[in-house]
Amino acid sequence: MKVLVPVKRVIDANIKVRVKSDQSGVELNNVKMAMNPFCEIAVEEAIRLKEAGAAEEIVLVTAGIRQSQETLRSGLAMGADRGILIETDEALEPLAVAKLLKAVVEREEPGLVLLGKQAIDGDNNQTGQMLAGLLNWSIGSFVSKLETGDGSISVVREVDGGLEKVRLKSPAIVTVDLRLNEPRYASLPNIMKAKKKPIDMFTPEDLGVGVAPRVTVLKVVEPPARDAGVKVSSAAELVEKLRQEAKVI
Amino acid sequence: MSVLVIAEHDNAEVRTATLNAVTAAGEIDTDVDLLVAGSGCGGVADECSSIQGVTRILLVDDPAYEHDLPENLSPLVQGLAERYSHVLAPASTFGKSLLPRVAARLDVQQISDISDIESSDTFVRPIYAGNALATVQSTDSVKLITIRTTAFDAAPTEGGDAAIEKIEAVPCPALAEFLGQELTPSERPELTSAGIVISGGRGMQSGENFAMLERIADKLGAAVGASRAAVDAGYVPNDYQVGQTGKVVAPNLYIAVGISGAIQHLAGMKDSKVIVAINKDEEAPIFQIADYGWVADLFTAIPELEAALDADP
Repeated sequence: MKVLVPVKRVIDANIKVRVKSDQSGVELNNVKMAMNPFCEIAVEEAIRLKEAGAAEEIVLVTAGIRQSQETLRSGLAMGADRGILIETDEALEPLAVAKLLKAVVEREEPGLVLLGKQAIDGDNNQTGQMLAGLLNWSIGSFVSKLETGDGSISVVREVDGGLEKVRLKSPAIVTVDLRLNEPRYASLPNIMKAKKKPIDMFTPEDLGVGVAPRVTVLKVVEPPARDAGVKVSSAAELVEKLRQEAKVI
Repeated sequence: MSVLVIAEHDNAEVRTATLNAVTAAGEIDTDVDLLVAGSGCGGVADECSSIQGVTRILLVDDPAYEHDLPENLSPLVQGLAERYSHVLAPASTFGKSLLPRVAARLDVQQISDISDIESSDTFVRPIYAGNALATVQSTDSVKLITIRTTAFDAAPTEGGDAAIEKIEAVPCPALAEFLGQELTPSERPELTSAGIVISGGRGMQSGENFAMLERIADKLGAAVGASRAAVDAGYVPNDYQVGQTGKVVAPNLYIAVGISGAIQHLAGMKDSKVIVAINKDEEAPIFQIADYGWVADLFTAIPELEAALDADP
């Protein structure tokens, strides 16, 4: 089975984001970028499937500016086999990404597409579900456990009330949640080896996909700030304040 | 204009997230239909008919819709969507699983997790874990939107008089099979709709110690939550998690116990009305947003708090 893993380049999860003063968006210049943490979990799971003999080849794909190659290289250093960059300067919305991925799926014919459940920049939580819709494939979203079987994939999903188990007909889409695994760090020899792994380049036009945005961002602002309040020094003082001052109990 | 809301329910009763979505729908237009799709869900439709602000209930009762499988529900919602200007669902795991699939099949760019409605095509939504708020305008002819439930009040469940109209199921391919579920049993209010939430972090040190928080919760009628660290450590189930990637809550009172206050966690609770932080580390970032901070060892503080709640006001 071939596993396709779409990955996204985002602001490093440990960096505090700054809103631009002209309210046009979030500052991306001179900010440390990294692979979206949920995408790392998807890459890790693909590698584990390969190590367990359930997958033969792991193909990474990303869409975005030329520097997104770095994100592919970091996934290749973890253990993926090759990469695909769909290069564009357009700010891509989830629907456009799903259409690009559909075109890649039709070329590559994977048995499984593993994605992060959401990217930590737009927090949209759409791309995997949209890709499944466009392909009319089965989907397991918010997955914390995955087992491949004969013609099917069984997943445990983290839903609002607890856990849910679903069997998906292959080929399938799976979006991964935090507790699926703990991604590995790439070793130095693997980082060196990753530099020689192949990356194919396409443009959205090559794939015949229009990526013009459907949503106009009118402004991006900082949320209202919340100030630190007062310190209390005893349970009695806290309860008194909650009853008399805040009136919430 | 008219709005379709997808009801979230368990075939026995409607989930409160649906009520928040109905309120959001009412801010867009007064003509609001509610889709109740399930199996043996006639009682849910009856219950929903008295929700204020709902014009009409569309009831579809079919075994294919028993388990909220997006593969099965998507063709149904897709067929209905073109009759409406807006289709709304709560931004719960149910709504997040279903609506983007429908949006893609309609060639619509969904708007996720909105926290405010400026007009029928312009919405506000948090991005970057709530560290920024984006105002976005949709150019699609049908708007598919998921609702941040904590940003909209629940519609009253009495006083409405919606007509119930039965509609036919839509054939769907057998792509996925529901095998089972393990729901976390709880006698307490639902985390996302509770008026008071008490959450524990890594400082709780074990799952057993969460019993201390449960006793406080029972005195206050509160729900119990947790930080990602506490869930990852295995102290409590995943559905306790409050944060960017867990549940978003905005109760009247949020009590954070042994939680340092990572950005990830703050994203899920910083819109609470009153925040209390109890932590022995006075440098913990949680104190920067807490209305009432108490620097104390939780293992002595929580029993004291329990006793103080028992004392007469």
